[in-house]
Amino acid sequence: MVSQKVKVINEQGMHMRPASVMSQTLTPFESSVKIGFNGNEYDAKSVMMLMAACIKCGSEIEIIADGADEEDALKAAVELVERGLGD
Amino acid sequence: MYKGIAASRGIGIGSICLLSEHDLSFENKKVEDIEAEKKRFNDALEKFKEETTIQAADVRQRIGAKEAEIIEGHLVMASDPAMSGEMLKLIENGQCAEGALSSVCDMFYGMFSSMDDEMMRQRASDIADVKTSILKILLGIEDVDISKVAPGTVLVTRDLTPSMTSQIVKENVVGIITEVGGKTSHSAILARALEIPAVLSVPDITKLVKDKDTAIVDGNEGEIYINPDGDVLSSYIIKREQFIKKQAELKNFYGKKTVTADGTELDLYCNIGTPKDAKKALECDGEGIGLFRSEFLFMDNNHLPTEDEQFEAYKEAVEIMAGKEVIIRTLDVGGDKAIPYLNMKPEENPFLGYRAVRYCLGNKDTYMVQLRALVRASAYGKVKIMVPLVTTVDEIREVKSMVAEIKKDFDEKGIKYDPEIKVGCMIETPSASLIADLLAKEADFFSIGTNDLTQYTMSVDRGNSDVAYLYSAFQPSVLRSIKYIIESGVKAGIPVGMCGEAAADPLMIPLLMSFGLTEYSVNPVLVLTARCIISKWTKEEADALAAKVLSLPTEKEIVATLKAAAKE
Repeated sequence: MVSQKVKVINEQGMHMRPASVMSQTLTPFESSVKIGFNGNEYDAKSVMMLMAACIKCGSEIEIIADGADEEDALKAAVELVERGLGD
Repeated sequence: MYKGIAASRGIGIGSICLLSEHDLSFENKKVEDIEAEKKRFNDALEKFKEETTIQAADVRQRIGAKEAEIIEGHLVMASDPAMSGEMLKLIENGQCAEGALSSVCDMFYGMFSSMDDEMMRQRASDIADVKTSILKILLGIEDVDISKVAPGTVLVTRDLTPSMTSQIVKENVVGIITEVGGKTSHSAILARALEIPAVLSVPDITKLVKDKDTAIVDGNEGEIYINPDGDVLSSYIIKREQFIKKQAELKNFYGKKTVTADGTELDLYCNIGTPKDAKKALECDGEGIGLFRSEFLFMDNNHLPTEDEQFEAYKEAVEIMAGKEVIIRTLDVGGDKAIPYLNMKPEENPFLGYRAVRYCLGNKDTYMVQLRALVRASAYGKVKIMVPLVTTVDEIREVKSMVAEIKKDFDEKGIKYDPEIKVGCMIETPSASLIADLLAKEADFFSIGTNDLTQYTMSVDRGNSDVAYLYSAFQPSVLRSIKYIIESGVKAGIPVGMCGEAAADPLMIPLLMSFGLTEYSVNPVLVLTARCIISKWTKEEADALAAKVLSLPTEKEIVATLKAAAKE
């Protein structure tokens, strides 16, 4: 299992479009990817769970990947967040 | 008469088609054949996805990409593993498909609708829409086919869902009334895109009307009339004609130059906040950008944007505008606009404190990065640098010497830029106004910011409702200030523009024309309105009105005189 903390920078936070981009990017990975936020874990491949987490701009989240391709999955997720989730 | 929210402009008069709610109740029974129930659920889900895909494509083609995204959002939700996966789990535990669908949707609905965020609450209504659509498929309920309603129909429904809206044929539906939804709801966005008058959030309206009732939908005022008497009806028929005529008149100004009644050509620019807004400015027929607020780059970021990041953003806007002027205002931070990572100290009097150019000149390393990015972007179009909140000649001199230093450095390094790049002042303080003649000798151009100029001249916090009555650009003092600024610029031979809200005010425009303003920068949606007003005035008429107005002692008299002289 690998994990990394990262700050959400896009203005809208984890809304529909950023959440969709994230789930689409991560779905091809075999590993499970979760977002740790406010003491809870959310499935990063699920748009609904990502939105339900109510992550705002400026929040720090932890991305946790677990599985065969965990390093690649984590890298992809971190890069995506750092680039502003496609916004 | 019933009141609601005016969500889409225009006046519609027609015959009501009431879209009543279906009975979606079901028996939450225990399922015996779990595999069969899973198949029943999956079939319904597939059917929903198929129908929604077709709808989304249809909306994209007939209405627009932004509107289609709303429908596509429903697809994303229905396809989400957390949705369908949870539902299938419940079915495996013996729940029927309807029950499983409802409990999972209701859970997410509850979660989203309780969030402190308008956009997320909007998602809750999307979930409800998805649930209703799939439930109808499971229960075998056929909807009224909205695409088949007769011409001249006013649709009345509790909530206009995106799936319903996508079936609307613009030619047949003349108005929309709902019980729920606000100005930013999907129904409102779609109604506006279709240009159908709409009044939303009218309490209990579905219980107050029946099919074939006559309705007036006034989407300008947010009012509706059901079975109105002859007088009301005829007055609204006239209002409708006037509105349609006005809209058609405005459309005639699209693609035209901005010219006064006596043939003087003026510049009509747009105010924007992000590079992408430049596209909107072009779509709305703006002739340039009169104010590009650079704050978005700093606000939507967790770090100071680098020179390259800023350069890319400025370049994007400049390239979209393809050679048209782009006036970019440098960082206007402080006052009411705080940026967390800049660690600015809280101030007792932020509007009189360390903000805008004062902050920038106090943090030259930061400011240098922005100025360099701006000068680099000038290689790709016509960039003008605008300095906010100038109060002294020293400030503009200092910025100009920084720009000169950058040019020298670029020359040595062989970096491309426009050697003619202009540096101008935003005039928005009484001090800058009083020394406009001195500033005009230093600055390449002026742009008047009426919002701050009014606030500082009148010594009024516009957010304070007890004194807000004083906040008006038509106060004699503010008008004199504006006149002096424009005349000082004209005398020195530099262009003078205005980028505050007043530049699009039909009452203010003739005065600005008389004073000699040549560049009007407005919200993109007001371009055609402003162009239409400008076309109605000659310099002579504007001068006569201005002379009269400047002799009046109170704001009330001034506004009354301008209203009486206004040209519709």
